[in-house]
Amino acid sequence: MRPILLKGHERPLSQVKFNRDGDLLFSVSKDSVASIWYSSNGERLGTLNGHSGAISAIDIDPTTTFAITGSADFSAKLWRVETGECIFTWNTVTPVRGVEFNKDASKVLVLTAEVMGHPGTISIYPVDFTKEEQSTEPLLVIKRQPELGVFTVAGWSYGDKYIIAGHNDGSISKIDAETGEFLETAKYHEGIVTDLQFSPDRTYFITSSKDQSAVLVDVLEFKLLKQYQAKAPVNSAVITPVKDYIILGGGQDAKDVTTTKSADGKFESKIFHKIFKDEIGRIKGHFGPINTIAIHPKGTGFASGGEDGYVRLHHFDQPYFDFQYDVEKTAAATNKASLQTAS
Amino acid sequence: MTNEPEIDISSIDFSDLEKKYTVEDDGSYMNKFIIVDGAPIAPESKVPILTKVLKKLFSAVGELQDDSIHMPLEDGKTKGYLFIGYKTAEGANEAVKKLHGKKLDQQHRLLVNKFSDMDEYLTDFNDEFKEPATYKLPSTKVLDSWLLDEQARDQFSLEMGNIAGIYWYKHGFPPTPVVEPRVNWTELFTKFSPKGSYFLSVHKLGIHAWGGEDFKSIHKFYHPGVRLIDFSPDERYLVTLSPEPITLPAKNHPARASFPFKQEDVGNKLVIWDFQTGLPCRTFALPPDLEKEKKMTWPLVKWSYDSKYCARKGPGAIAVYEAPSFQLVNKKLLNAPGVAEFEWAPAGVRTETQKKGEEPEHLLAYWSPEQINLPAKVAVVQVPTNSIVRTVNLTNVTDCKLYWHDNGSYLCCKVDRHTRSKKTIFSYLEFFKVTKKDIPVIKLELKEAVTTFAWEPTSERFGIITTDDVQGTTPNKMNVSFYAPEISKGKVNTETVWRPFRTIGGKNSNAIVFSPKGRFVVAATLNAGSGDLDFYDLDFEGERNENDTKFKVKASFKQLAHHGYHGITHLQWEDSGRFVAGWSSVWKHTSDNGFKIYNFAGILQIEDQVEAFKKFSWRARPKSILTEEDKKKVEENLEQYSAQFEELDSMEADANLREIIMRRKKLLKEWKEYRDFVEAHLKELGLYEEEKKEDVEVIEEVREEILEEKEEIVD
Repeated sequence: MRPILLKGHERPLSQVKFNRDGDLLFSVSKDSVASIWYSSNGERLGTLNGHSGAISAIDIDPTTTFAITGSADFSAKLWRVETGECIFTWNTVTPVRGVEFNKDASKVLVLTAEVMGHPGTISIYPVDFTKEEQSTEPLLVIKRQPELGVFTVAGWSYGDKYIIAGHNDGSISKIDAETGEFLETAKYHEGIVTDLQFSPDRTYFITSSKDQSAVLVDVLEFKLLKQYQAKAPVNSAVITPVKDYIILGGGQDAKDVTTTKSADGKFESKIFHKIFKDEIGRIKGHFGPINTIAIHPKGTGFASGGEDGYVRLHHFDQPYFDFQYDVEKTAAATNKASLQTAS
Repeated sequence: MTNEPEIDISSIDFSDLEKKYTVEDDGSYMNKFIIVDGAPIAPESKVPILTKVLKKLFSAVGELQDDSIHMPLEDGKTKGYLFIGYKTAEGANEAVKKLHGKKLDQQHRLLVNKFSDMDEYLTDFNDEFKEPATYKLPSTKVLDSWLLDEQARDQFSLEMGNIAGIYWYKHGFPPTPVVEPRVNWTELFTKFSPKGSYFLSVHKLGIHAWGGEDFKSIHKFYHPGVRLIDFSPDERYLVTLSPEPITLPAKNHPARASFPFKQEDVGNKLVIWDFQTGLPCRTFALPPDLEKEKKMTWPLVKWSYDSKYCARKGPGAIAVYEAPSFQLVNKKLLNAPGVAEFEWAPAGVRTETQKKGEEPEHLLAYWSPEQINLPAKVAVVQVPTNSIVRTVNLTNVTDCKLYWHDNGSYLCCKVDRHTRSKKTIFSYLEFFKVTKKDIPVIKLELKEAVTTFAWEPTSERFGIITTDDVQGTTPNKMNVSFYAPEISKGKVNTETVWRPFRTIGGKNSNAIVFSPKGRFVVAATLNAGSGDLDFYDLDFEGERNENDTKFKVKASFKQLAHHGYHGITHLQWEDSGRFVAGWSSVWKHTSDNGFKIYNFAGILQIEDQVEAFKKFSWRARPKSILTEEDKKKVEENLEQYSAQFEELDSMEADANLREIIMRRKKLLKEWKEYRDFVEAHLKELGLYEEEKKEDVEVIEEVREEILEEKEEIVD
């Protein structure tokens, strides 16, 4: 699994994301430029220029026609992917920390930071790709509950029914996407929730935290399914399609890195078995903590973006797909047999 | 008698008599009398003299009543006891207090008791023997029960964060806890006793000893602020040091009665405890030169091999004490001007001059640096005679370290010398063959500074680390060398000459740790950020060894393994020599804390990274009770034994594997159930999407590369 090293950013990466087809990889970094790469060979297709501050998040609509970015320059921008032109800008009162389209990209959630006396919010804006001009009037603004920490991450659940948000006190909450009502909260972490990514069908999700763990949580009942111990702060976590794995990325905090050697930083991506919770592999390479991980939608590879300014694009080798626990083999065999008898 | 008329006694009025003879008995009257037993049985003629003597003795403590000594006679002899009356009860009390147990002469010891006590204790005295209720000690089972483990597993303790636990360790299996790991088991650190019988936890108020199968409480040693602890080799005595001087509770405080320390202990900081009774044997103040020291050298009290003697270094002298009285041997200090350090021989020394059946000698060695008009010297002293049996004078000495061989046959003295300019340092090794008559000294000169020296516990070989870079700061400048006695004419030279049989250069190692059973050795780089471990075999049985000497020696070197171990701070061999553990302690740094266990050949067995990991410790094992013949028998039948153990192991492995598989099956089933449930829910909502089999578009990329371009002109 020889990675392709994508050297296009000058500052730490903040998010990487594949489009729905998986042929393109989008990356945003603190250097205020978003890059688009061919995922097959790592060639850069182009950049999205226009932000004047660190970009914190990016999302792409299902048809890869538009992309949205959120930045610390108090704005979220909508881009046409094909041309790289910015077609609309939402201005916010505080830096944008997260952006995500809903399933059909008719809405977008924009998560803003809590700074300078302004409360952190999750705002949902309508989007209409038939027009260039977009509504700046949010459909819904979710303010944080006083007993919960500041929002750090947020995303849409299955059917766009709920919005799941992570907080800096380690709690996560389930919010009705229509009314903004807080339906459930749980505290499965002791530290900041650093990332939240869904399963392909968005019925469960994984959150990562500085408390050196990641947890798998069910959306419907909001119960803890699995917990993974990484022995280093986790900045990003992802559920792999095809195989029952999860990948965690992280490492020692950037602020402590100068005081330690790269060997103790644990700047590795760790692969765990999703169901058995065993660690089954590690991928080294970054020389700073890993800030973000994205999985190819077809499960054929993953990309990691680090504090070191590099994106490493990995394509899984055959052994990754072949690896199976004995019990899995047996289960697969019995499953196959029962299907055959049924047909 | 019968003639006398019947008189009704009750009709007689005795009141006048009663009044006359009544003894005002409010208790105070009888309190004035004492019974003295144990006096000489003397003929009647001697009674006046005896009375006079006793009168003088007893009147010294209080005023006697007139004519107060009554000595009953029988057959013209005194009965050996007498009664004395004092004018006041206080006088009687004083007599009991001061004169009870008084020796009148060689044969006679006076036993003084109060008369009133006789009533109190004797009236209701029951002659019938009643078995006293035996006090039931809390059962800790046998302290060494862990040694009887059928699988001969090792135990080790772990300290991490505020949790301490003790675990069984078996080759090839994950450690299993012996008892549930305890939160806040200790406030400072824990330690096993030297034979592994006890597990000690150190707290702010003192030491708590645990033992037995379930590590129940055995003893508490009250020593507030205790920081450092040490044991005598036989576990009989415990030495503790606290920076807080001992204070006593107020005079009438209820705690005072049960307080272990006495008035004379006040202000002392160093305590020697009897481990069995849990009471202090002796306390010491710190010598004034140590009071100022920020970093305490420890142990302060060093013990002879059999714990019969212990010694402390003072300025210009060594104080040698005899256990269990802890009084100075010969009632005086061992004069040692300028003594810098001393070490006991770790075993009894059988000298050539000794007769058969004699107890092996207790030797200790000390060294003192150069003083005005005095060269530096190393002296070997015999205890308890405190006579110096050998001295060697040295010049230009920077430092000196004493290394006794574990069996007490050699003392190696590593002498670091400086050149006249004091710029370069080089080392000598002086070997004292203490078992020989007059103790010959063999000198081994080296051109470099020796930073580390270690004897192989089971032979006369040793390992050293040398460098010509004195600060030891330049990387890869250390040389690790192993030495063995040279063999000439087929046997080890009587005038032992050590020859290096293997030197490994370009290392960073700073520690050599031999297996307690010899043969295997680890050279390690500890506390240096990027640590590493090298495993060596000194008796390699394969064909090609890696010796690099032309001399004949009994050694066959082979490197077994090399491991990088980032952040390793400590290394410890298990007593049986099967495993060695390395760990990275949060006490030294905060990154990569955890531990790893290797086997003797350097194959990693287990590793674990633990947040705030503090300490790993193998449980010590007492000396084997097998005789040499027993051991030989075991060696002969090794195959049979190992087959038995292997069978057990594989059975257990099977069981473990089955358990793991069952667990995984369960997890997989649970997951499937969960997914089915969720998918059903999605279907209800009409959101379920069948997994689509998308056609994968294959993009073919043709890459052309021009390897060579050549132009040829064709006619």
